[in-house]
Amino acid sequence: MASCGGTTKGSEEAQGDGGGGTAREADPNAEIKEGLQIAFLPKEIDNPYEVLVDEGGIDAVEELKGEGKEVGPSDASASSQVSYINTLIQQRQDAIVIAANDPNAVAPALKDAMSKGIAVVTYDSDAAPDARQIFVNQADSEEIGRSQVKLMSDQIGGEGKIAILSATPNATNQNTWIKFMKDELTKPEYSKIELVKIAYGDDDDQKSFQEAQGLLQSIPDLKGIISPTTVGISAAARYISSSPYKGKVKLTGLGTPNQMRQFVKDGTVTEFALWNPIELGYLAGYAAASLASGKISGKEGEKFEAGKLGEYEIGKDGEIILGPPTNFNADNIDDFDF
Amino acid sequence: MLDRFLRWETVLLVLCVGVFAVGSASDGFGEQSNIAFLLLDYSEVALLAFALLPIVLTGEIDLSVASTLGFCSALTGTLWDAGIGFETIVPLVILAGVALGSVNAVLVVRFGLPSLAVTIGTLGLYRGLAYVLLGDRAVTGFPENYRPLATDSIAGTFVPYATVLVLFVGAAVAVLVHKTTTGRSLYAIGLGAQTTRFSGIRVDRIKFSLFLLSGGLAAVASLIYTLRYNSARADNANGMELVAVAAVLLGGVSIFGGRGTVLGVATALLAMAGLRNVLFLDDVSNEIQNVITGLLLILSVLVPVVFKPRRTKDAPLEPSVADAERRTGADPGGELRRDHQGV
Repeated sequence: MASCGGTTKGSEEAQGDGGGGTAREADPNAEIKEGLQIAFLPKEIDNPYEVLVDEGGIDAVEELKGEGKEVGPSDASASSQVSYINTLIQQRQDAIVIAANDPNAVAPALKDAMSKGIAVVTYDSDAAPDARQIFVNQADSEEIGRSQVKLMSDQIGGEGKIAILSATPNATNQNTWIKFMKDELTKPEYSKIELVKIAYGDDDDQKSFQEAQGLLQSIPDLKGIISPTTVGISAAARYISSSPYKGKVKLTGLGTPNQMRQFVKDGTVTEFALWNPIELGYLAGYAAASLASGKISGKEGEKFEAGKLGEYEIGKDGEIILGPPTNFNADNIDDFDF
Repeated sequence: MLDRFLRWETVLLVLCVGVFAVGSASDGFGEQSNIAFLLLDYSEVALLAFALLPIVLTGEIDLSVASTLGFCSALTGTLWDAGIGFETIVPLVILAGVALGSVNAVLVVRFGLPSLAVTIGTLGLYRGLAYVLLGDRAVTGFPENYRPLATDSIAGTFVPYATVLVLFVGAAVAVLVHKTTTGRSLYAIGLGAQTTRFSGIRVDRIKFSLFLLSGGLAAVASLIYTLRYNSARADNANGMELVAVAAVLLGGVSIFGGRGTVLGVATALLAMAGLRNVLFLDDVSNEIQNVITGLLLILSVLVPVVFKPRRTKDAPLEPSVADAERRTGADPGGELRRDHQGV
């Protein structure tokens, strides 16, 4: 080899490919195959939010007369999902639907799966785009990020110090939302709001609880916390509801109505948001089945039917957006059960 | 003959064969790609276990191995991000691992602190330093010309390159432990460091080197880990020290030192890797997997106690009776009791 300067970053940018031979042509008139085996691989099997998503997904697969199942690690680390992907390849599943803990760590295994003809759909948290065919996005990331800032601003009167309590430091989705939150905060109408700290609860209930406690104790004039993760917001709500900060510090973010109901009713939380996780899984289930049946291939502009949700079109980079998030408050929270 | 039969290694071998026999009933288990993955998935654990084995034989422990791995992975990411050539990174990272090992060594050997306390401390310290280096970032894009060394099998076989490295390290540790004078003195140290010291064996120097070796091997494991997942992160291999310790104990190594073989640890590693794979293929949930591994571990420390009278074994210095006495001698409670009887 001519290069004697060693291998450095970027010295081999030109190696494209890697897509893993999934250039099958789509046939829009193909029927959804019966008996498809579709596995849902959440970030962490004990995450109540993702269990809900996967329930929706398994429902969709069953509607289509396939076999759906949920498997996954009990810790949200990058590498633990890889063992599961390998297992699903060995089990010859027809499709893998995954929420990636680390977009790069799972990429080689997912490419391996695609090269063996397994359809790969990501939801909730995307993998490297060349390691999956479709990403089902819960809502437009930009819209989520910006709307969280607006929710918080409305509650604290557009003024004061705020903090963010996120999931793991590498969580793709949280980091994207935080990026848009920061951008939104640069607008003049939010000039009196100061983001002082981003804390990470690692999507672990106890750690999130402690981080919330730490934020409130270390920043005495903190006005509000945004927690864009269901584990974080409920842990923070539990801490605040039994602390002297109740009613003084505002908490908003992304949570499920069932987790947050008591905290909305006792006044700890005024308003928070979320999309419907069951519909997210349902849509991912339909997308996976359509891919595995050859109805779609993941290209921009392809359309498919997603059962009761109607027709969806694949957007840029193989992305499908579920729809805008719903805001929950004391007036409407009892209309939802998830 | 019966003693021979009841050796823990034999029990393990049976367990191992059992796991693989049951496994072959699961769809896809016997396929080359699966066996390759099974071996690959345990390569880092195996390296850490081989690093731990000689340390545990001397009655010490190094719980910081996985954090050392994490730090070295974060360092790899930082250096790679800074545009340093991968060929330069490899020796630097191994040096860093050895340096972290030397911190443990100084604290344990020079200051005479208990290794359990020291390495629980450095477990947190090194993991923390990893976060200092890389923070919440994940570095990726490692060179495609080196990555196959951590992911691929030798052409035409199911044996991954990484496994060859593991086998090589295992063989080297086996030679060190079972075939050299230093190796024999490890057992002696484990059975009574003071006595060994008085016998003219350089206990401190040996222990010191073992911690350096441990740091170096953890660094090597970090390179495989980072390349295999193509992701350098501060939380890489979080908690892996417990899996490695479990493999060492399941392999029949006494946590008090003085007893254990490389063959035992290797068999335990294979059994654990096989078991994990089979349970995965059968869709056994993570919780149940933990329960099974936990029970196996308890079994591994229980069985030798139950069969104690029959066990003549691997303390290579003396045969059965004296061996049993030494063992009691290694336990301070036993020492006291004996003194009482003596007086």
